[in-house]
Formats: sequence, structure tokens, C-alpha cells
Amino acid sequence: MAYDYAKYLRKGKLPHIWCAGCTYGIVLKSLIRAIGSLQWDKNDVAIVSGIGCASRLPGYVDFNTLHTTHGRSIAFATGIKLANPNLKVLAMGGDGDMTAIGGNHFIHACRRNIDMTVFVFNNNIYGMTGAQYSPTTPKGAWATTAPYGMTENNFTITDLAIGAGATFVARTTAYHVAHCEKTMKEAFQHKGLSVVEIINACPTGFGRKNKFKTPTSMLLWMKDSAVNIEKAKKMSEEELAGKFTIGVLHKEEKPEYIETYDATVGLKK
Amino acid sequence: MAKKVEFMMGNYAIAEGALYAGCKFFGGYPITPSTEVAERMAERLPQVGGRFIQMEDEIAAMASVIGASIAGAKALTATSGPGFSLKQENIGYAMLCEIPCVIVDVMRGGPSTGMPTGPSQSDIMQAKWGTHGDHPVIAVTPASVQEQFDETVRAFNLAEKYRCPVFVLTDSIIGQMMEQLVIPEPGELEVVDRLMPDCKPEEYLPYDMDKDVNPMPPFGSGYRYHITGLHHAADGFPTNDPELHTKNTVRLIEKLNKNYDDIVKVEEFMTDDAEVLVFAIGVTARSAKHAVVEARNQGIKAGLVRPLTIWPFPEKHLDKLLSKNNVKGIVVPEMNLGQMTFEVQRVAKGRCGVEGLYSLMLDPILPGEILEKIRRFV
Repeated sequence: MAYDYAKYLRKGKLPHIWCAGCTYGIVLKSLIRAIGSLQWDKNDVAIVSGIGCASRLPGYVDFNTLHTTHGRSIAFATGIKLANPNLKVLAMGGDGDMTAIGGNHFIHACRRNIDMTVFVFNNNIYGMTGAQYSPTTPKGAWATTAPYGMTENNFTITDLAIGAGATFVARTTAYHVAHCEKTMKEAFQHKGLSVVEIINACPTGFGRKNKFKTPTSMLLWMKDSAVNIEKAKKMSEEELAGKFTIGVLHKEEKPEYIETYDATVGLKK
Repeated sequence: MAKKVEFMMGNYAIAEGALYAGCKFFGGYPITPSTEVAERMAERLPQVGGRFIQMEDEIAAMASVIGASIAGAKALTATSGPGFSLKQENIGYAMLCEIPCVIVDVMRGGPSTGMPTGPSQSDIMQAKWGTHGDHPVIAVTPASVQEQFDETVRAFNLAEKYRCPVFVLTDSIIGQMMEQLVIPEPGELEVVDRLMPDCKPEEYLPYDMDKDVNPMPPFGSGYRYHITGLHHAADGFPTNDPELHTKNTVRLIEKLNKNYDDIVKVEEFMTDDAEVLVFAIGVTARSAKHAVVEARNQGIKAGLVRPLTIWPFPEKHLDKLLSKNNVKGIVVPEMNLGQMTFEVQRVAKGRCGVEGLYSLMLDPILPGEILEKIRRFV
């Protein structure tokens, strides 16, 4: 059966600004399906983003949407959630937005465990400003600000989130669309802060100069490199070399921030 | 019922004023000499059904305040010089996106980490030009503990009425001194709430450029719309149209200019026949009043112009006095090296002498020093 995406899109705002071959449109579809499957009322959803290609997503969807300053989406989202905990709050941005300029907000959100979801669209590069390196650009990779190759060590976003205390951490890819939708849905249903890293392709900024000749080759790389976390547990280190895991990488139950705050200070729910 | 009279610290009075105005959210980061505002809000907000959060930095604090306001809460933050600097990008966001909120800046000496516990009035220009681009600013300047309360209520009212961030510019002397505070009964002071739409959600325009102030329904109310820090069209979505960008920026500035009489509040003391004026705000204005009384005792026709709103600059008030009176000179005492003096000179347009009296000595400027300057004009 054809899926009714139109219900969730601001049709007048399309076409989107993303380049041909960009995978953000695929992720957008997964996002709509995940929200649709939970039958959330559009009025109850607030989507907050920072700056960058991924951060333009909220403009295309018919929710309460907020496009903020670079790196600050989680902090804006925190204010929204505290002022109205009934809202389902989702903060999103690219790898640079969330872990470079927004790194401080990211780790403290993981620590606080406010009931909201953070999406990191990881394409290993700053796309909007023209292919400068980000904290997730792999060592040796080309970027306009790493013309001799990336020299810095890179973050593993999910490890960062787990280390900072996030209670739900998952990774998926734009290639694995069904998995992406399922992972988002699980994240939304988790009580506390959920972090979902979505591996994405930037053929224009990253792929073109990093030995991915076509957008398809980047999707194939995701297909070939992603190993489900359950399967990975049975694989040796040699077998996992050059691969990354997808799935729910960490999940635990911890008291949620607002509930804890309200109970501690004597606020009625 | 007897009035509630307290002996209270100025920073606490700001918190109490915020609560009187209906504030339900505080997002902050500690910084001397403003921290007592946060501490008081941490204790008091839950008692009135609101929430407090200490964010990871000043930038996050400002962002959380804007987010809370978008979700419908009247929201406050408090900071001092370096923290004010960090908040500036998001303050610009609130200006462009027309998000009501109140930012308290308990001024200390700068630049940089500067003089953490010493009073100063060095953020007058940071308040006006701290964030980039052309934009309007409202800043109120209390001079007593009572005014910390009253002006905070007024700051919230102006923020809600005109859909914009409003600054309470104070300093560590007023912030940390203790004085009598009479807390008004509910209803005694006006409390303004933002305008809500009466149209259908699908007809709602968050940024109708033919209106000075648009209604602002909270996220979650059924009015779904988009807010962006990019220049936007009437529907809130980004635009690169330079004509729209120009129209909207001018509109934002004119929105406050047109309402000068409602926004700008100035106390004039003995100005009717004054030949020498003292123009001062905050703690400096207290010394200045003393100096004016002393000058009158000595037969000098001195008067005080004390703005309770420094932005928009009270130029109409000053201009009127300069047109009407035979003013020989204006003394501008300030705890910086002349930020306000330049504005007074601009308005005076050479019609009289303007003499600054500056101090970075971390003590209030004394009445005797101001009197000496007044005497030079007679």
C-alpha cells in the first residue's frame, strides 16, 4: 500500500535544498514512517535543529519546528521540554553541529536524561559550508581544510554518548531504511534521552574526493560495512576490521530528568 | 491587608519581580555578581509551578530560555559581562525571531573576565550592539531594590507586549545591596501576556510584516509553524529576498521606535528650570541626585535626568529639555570610560557642553565628584 507521506510534509516548501545523491531525503522518509506508525498527533511533536544541511529538515515537515543557531538545538529543545513536558521533542543535526560546536550540549544532554530524542546525521564532513573536516572525518580523509588528509583523531559518536551517560544509544544507516525506521521508533519509545546516529552519505562534499565515485558507491559502502550488533558479537576482531555496528548499542533504565526534578522539588505532575 | 514589606537583596528582588510577572522558567549559568538571581529562582520557581535548570554554559542557558518561551513560558536568565557576551548570538536569534524573554545583566568590569566582583556600568554598548546586525533593543536600568522588582515586572511586560528580548541592566551595587522592598499585591501592577491568535491554525502567520506585533501561540497549542534564525517571510520560512529582509529589519526597529512613549521611562528631578543637567543611571544616579540637591543648596540650578530605560535611548526627553531650558551643560557620570556620554553628545548636537565623569575604581562615583563637575558649568 502506498504510504501517505503528504500528510506530514509541507508541500509548498519542496523541493528541498539537498544535493542529488544526498541521503537525507531517505532518512526523512524513515522519520515520517516512524512517527506515523506511533500515531503521534502532529500538534504534539516539536522538532528542533541547529545549522547545516541536516538541520534544514524541520522546514519540510508539518510539526512545530524550530531551526536554531549552530550547535544549540539540544539546548533550545531542553527549554521547550521543561516548559511543556507533554511535547514529544526531537533535536537533530549533523555530525559537526552535534559534536563540534554543539559537543558540550550533547554530552550534558546525555548526562541529564531528559525524555527526548537526539538524531545525529553523520556524513563525516561539513556539507553546507563546503566539505571542511568534522570531528567524525576519518583519519587520512580529504577535506577542504584537510587538503593533505585529516590528521586529527575522530569521535565515535555512540561511544561518546554512552560515556556521557545516555540511556539509549543506537546506530543505523540511510541504506538500511527499514532498520532506520525501526530504530527511530524504538528511540521514541524509550523513556529518557535517546541518541540515534544515522550514517549518511554526502557525495558532493565527501564522496567525490574520497574515492566514492558515485552516490550509489556510498550506499553500497554502508551496505557492506554495517554489521548488526547481534551478529557482531559472534564475529572476531579480524572479521570486524573496517566495519561498523548498527542496532541498539546501549540501553538502560535510569530515572528521567523532569520526573526526578518534579518529585524532588515537590512539583505536582 | 497589610502590604508585604521585606528587607531584601537587589538580586533577589529581580527574582521576585519575575515571579510576580508570571515567570515560569529560568535557565542559567552561575556568574558573579548575578548568581543570587539564579539561586533565588531555583528555590522559588517550583513553589509557583515553574522549573529551574542550571545549563552547561551561558550559550545553552540563553537557548533554553528561548525554547521555553516558544513553548509558552515566560522565561528569565541572569548573567554578567562575559556571560552576556556568550549569550549574544542567541540573543540575536530572539531578536530576529521575536521571542519574548528577559535577560538580566548585573554589570561588572571588563573586557574579558575583567573585574568579577567590582561594580561597573560597562555593558551599555554591549547591550545595544552585542549581537550582529541591525536590531532594536530595550534595556531598563533600575537604581534601587524596589526598582529591581518593579522594572523586572516592566521588562517582562515589554517583552510580551512587543515580542522581543528585554534587558535588565543593573550592577553589583544595586544587585547585592539590601533595602526595603514593598511587594505589591497581585493585580496592583499590570502584568501583560503575549497576544494569542484568534484565527484558524491554517490561517496563522507568525511574521505578518504589515503588523507591528504578531500573536505568538506556543508550540503544542495546535498552531504548527516554523521558526528560523534565517531571515524569513511572513509564514516563518527562510527567504533570500533582500527586499523582504530590509522590510522586516526596518519593521523590527520601527516597532520599538513607534512606541517610544510607552517604552522609555525617565525620572526627571528638578529639571524645570535647570541650567546644568546630570544624566545618570543606576547606582550612579543615586550619587547624582545627592549632588543635584547639594548644588541647589549652593544656588546652582541643577537637575537630574535619570533614565529607567537606556535603550531605546531617551533622546526625546533630552531633546525636549535642551530645546526648552537654558541648559549650559550636561554632566554624565558613568562607571566606564564614556559609553553613555557619546549618546548624550549625539543628542545635544553641540547645543551645550557635555562633560563625562568616568570611573573604573570599583567604588560608586561620589556626590562630591559630580558636584565639582556641575560647578564647572556655572
